[in-house]
Amino acid sequence: MPDAKVKLAFELNSEPVEVAFAPHKTLLEVLREDLGLTGTKHGCELGECGTCTVLVDGKPVLSCLVLGLACAGHRVKTVEGMAGGGSLHPLQDAFAELGAAQCGYCTPAFLLAAEALLGETARPTRDEIKQALSGNLCRCTGYLKIYEAVELAAARLRGEDAKPAPESLYGVR
Amino acid sequence: MASGKKAAVTQPAAVGRSDGQLRVVGKAIRKVDATAKVTGATRFADDLFLPRMLYAKLLRSPHPHARITGIETSKAQALPGVKAVLTGRDLPIPFGILPVSQDEHALAIDKVRFVGDPVAGIAAASEEIATAALDLIDVRYESLRPITDAEDAITHPEPRIHDYGDGGNLHKLVNLEFGDVAEGFAEADLVREDLLFFEGSTHLPMEQHAAVADWSPLPDGKLTLWSSTQTPHYVHRALAKVLELAPAKIRVVATPNGGGFGGKSDPFSHEIVVAKLAMLTGRPVKITLTREEVFYCHRGRHPTLMWVKTGVKRDGAITAMHFKSLLDGGGYGSYGVASTYYTGALQTVTYDVPRYKFQGARAFTNKPPCGPKRGHGTPQPRFALEVHLDKIAEQLEMDPAELRLKHLVPPNSLTANWLKIGSMGLGECIRRVIDGSGWRQKFRKLPPGQGIGLACSSYITGAGLPIYWNPLPHSGVQLKCDRGGGVTVFCGSTEIGQGSDSILAVLVAEILGLDPFDVAVVTGDTDLTPVDLGSYSSRVTLMTGNACIQAAERARDAIASHAARQLEVPVARVAFADRRVFDLEDPTHGLAFADAVQLAEAAQGTIGTVGSYTPAPSPGRYRGAGVGPSPAYSYSACVALVDVDPASGIVRVPRVWIAHDVGRSINATTVMGQIEGSVYMGLGEALMEEMAYRGNRNVVHKIPSLLEYKSPTTLEMCDVVTYVVQDPDPNGPFGAKECGQGPLLPVPPAVANAVYDAVGVRVDEVPITPEKVFKALRRKEKGEPARYGPATFPEIAWPEPTRVPTPWEGGDGRAVEGGGRRATEAARRP
Ligand code: FES
Ligand code: FES
Repeated sequence: MPDAKVKLAFELNSEPVEVAFAPHKTLLEVLREDLGLTGTKHGCELGECGTCTVLVDGKPVLSCLVLGLACAGHRVKTVEGMAGGGSLHPLQDAFAELGAAQCGYCTPAFLLAAEALLGETARPTRDEIKQALSGNLCRCTGYLKIYEAVELAAARLRGEDAKPAPESLYGVR
Repeated sequence: MASGKKAAVTQPAAVGRSDGQLRVVGKAIRKVDATAKVTGATRFADDLFLPRMLYAKLLRSPHPHARITGIETSKAQALPGVKAVLTGRDLPIPFGILPVSQDEHALAIDKVRFVGDPVAGIAAASEEIATAALDLIDVRYESLRPITDAEDAITHPEPRIHDYGDGGNLHKLVNLEFGDVAEGFAEADLVREDLLFFEGSTHLPMEQHAAVADWSPLPDGKLTLWSSTQTPHYVHRALAKVLELAPAKIRVVATPNGGGFGGKSDPFSHEIVVAKLAMLTGRPVKITLTREEVFYCHRGRHPTLMWVKTGVKRDGAITAMHFKSLLDGGGYGSYGVASTYYTGALQTVTYDVPRYKFQGARAFTNKPPCGPKRGHGTPQPRFALEVHLDKIAEQLEMDPAELRLKHLVPPNSLTANWLKIGSMGLGECIRRVIDGSGWRQKFRKLPPGQGIGLACSSYITGAGLPIYWNPLPHSGVQLKCDRGGGVTVFCGSTEIGQGSDSILAVLVAEILGLDPFDVAVVTGDTDLTPVDLGSYSSRVTLMTGNACIQAAERARDAIASHAARQLEVPVARVAFADRRVFDLEDPTHGLAFADAVQLAEAAQGTIGTVGSYTPAPSPGRYRGAGVGPSPAYSYSACVALVDVDPASGIVRVPRVWIAHDVGRSINATTVMGQIEGSVYMGLGEALMEEMAYRGNRNVVHKIPSLLEYKSPTTLEMCDVVTYVVQDPDPNGPFGAKECGQGPLLPVPPAVANAVYDAVGVRVDEVPITPEKVFKALRRKEKGEPARYGPATFPEIAWPEPTRVPTPWEGGDGRAVEGGGRRATEAARRP
């Protein structure tokens, strides 16, 4: 069905972009299919799993539920925009270090949801982390390494010289 | 306990060429693919976009059981943008994962067997067009009476879902007896029977299955399939069979799986359909299943009804056990024959069971096919057995931990059903969780509503036999040393998030004295990598690990011989560490690894080696002995703490203590992740996960969505205290055993036992939902049995048992000819 394409201008990962796409497309589809940014994943395309989370104006949003058109003039951030200057974002680094990304499919969404949380509170409690991530499903990790990675990254972002607890890497000896 | 002595564990790196220190193995190491995963750079199957690519959709049956009387596709064909339409007649050759159940067609031909069974496939210029074209296909069905569950299948042998199997709608019947259980029950001080039910559940990988096919036109005539599969080798075989192509004309690339858990282990309809569509259209074709379709692919946990009868002495020593299971298999065979055997195989590997009888039945029903989910066929019987033992301990007035500790299977022993046990760290596991949880201060002593429960388990580290009979290695590795000092390792194994790629890098790095990030890993590509059977049965670390060690040792030996000459030291003194090759007695005397490789390459040509691994034959020789043997068994013990609200029946699990005997940890980071992930999945099965179907006759899945299929979120997940126990096994690489599936198993029974400790009611069924707890509490109030669970096990016309004398009866692993009873004089376990 050859829909007439519409053109959209918005800010993507700190850069202005223009993209033409069929007007019914969701932000998820525009990112993946029209902009080639496949780092944003999907697990349902129905707003149920959180896997497609991106940040719009700094807030976590389910990109499968947002029309691409609705993003005109807004700031969108995807996982591709997290690492800067050739190195990983502290959240990415902590996820990699602790094995918080197993299959890695849910990971981009968790990273962005966590980044939004840390943008609001520099020292989140475990409960705040659980609340902030409760809309994101992960089938591999049991979430524990994700919490620990968020805490580790938060500490490092506060300038602390934090290391993972030995029992989180090796179990209780 | 343990009478057996510990066998020596091979430590390849310690043989002559190292100081015996492990430099890499056992450390917490970042996975080799971690950076790609946290940056979103990993390319999953749906992330592939090829030029001119078409999109495929499948039309699925709306009927659970029906004959197809006609299919009209011309309107769909005529829709602009539709490039090809396929029906069952285009792909008439059947396939299936097991040679004994080749009962699937890529698209149904005469009959559909569940709501969701694929009937037609379309390739079109866009997903929208393909979806619109589905509506234009006209299929005429003639409804048949659906078979709704296993008991319905027993009472309704007609209409048959398949025309093969063990009669009517029974797919498989198994009847095995090891020793004389009647004699064992006669000797017992207490004989107890229990009935339990384990509901079916699904893998729910976050990544929906996806596949992309590409066809290089004749005269090449070569097909490439990228797919989120755990078993590229088996997909390769199925494609060759159904498409009638030479295997050399097919390349299967397993893309990194966004979670598998067993759900991507069968060759699937959608893989074959996109391959055929690519061949027909000459263009790349992609399919990505919707979440709803993932529920129809299923192959998840079999709903299983179980009856167990055990005789015990006053001290808890088991004299005999008789176990029956009835599996609801769904519409096709899948791994079901193996699953059936697995519900009876591992009861004997934790506590001494001197006489053992197993009867298992799998029914065909008109639901999505069941198959292997994490723990494949063993979490159900483990749940039954561990709850049953909890009840026995109570009747004997024994502490359940004590009862288990007193009767552990010794290491290096044979079980009644001829499984060969190597290392056995269950005792240590139990002690760790008991001490860590404060069990002795808590068990039967917590305030009302709070409870604590214990359960244990074991799992295989790789199936001892391949899925199709062959004498070939289960895993192969090729290794090439680059003159720049890098090493590339090639293996058919499949990264599904469990960290298998990293295992290869860690082992090569350990043996060649490198950093794991010096090692490039190429996996899961049938053109590039030697065969590995796939990521299932917790086989990869052990099998690819051993193959990888062999290849790395051969490279090390080649390099060492030339380095020895250069260094003028005996070859036995050449060591590898820190990217250097040096004299063990004078570590300053040496050369860079890259220089050593160049030396060897100059002398003998390109440095490339191979390694492979085949498990040793298992001692069991009876029919059915193929399921259960493994090079090594992992062990786990779990204590769960629960809070039960008697007003609502809601069960919360604040904390789980888990100890897992992994033999040897290769990468500490992935071991922890696998254990925690297993606990998580076990918790989901214990409390909420279920494949539920509408009670009416349409057998429609109630909840094929992520919202309605309940799985634990961050708000339900418990705290986990993990103990990594290392009892190295002689068959494992550096002693390693599995950790990706076993730790799931003890969680559901530990939770069930804790619920009983908390409120005094038995919920003999998972998931332990609030209404079940609530109903059991009401029954308790009314003075009825304080229990929720199944009431009967149906009559089944079992075949004559296969009688197999146990090792201590002087058996040789074979069944007794003619099924007759063998004299069991002096037949006592030593
Ligand atoms: S893809 Fe599941 S919420 Fe968007
Ligand atoms: S890491 Fe696999 S789903 Fe989260």
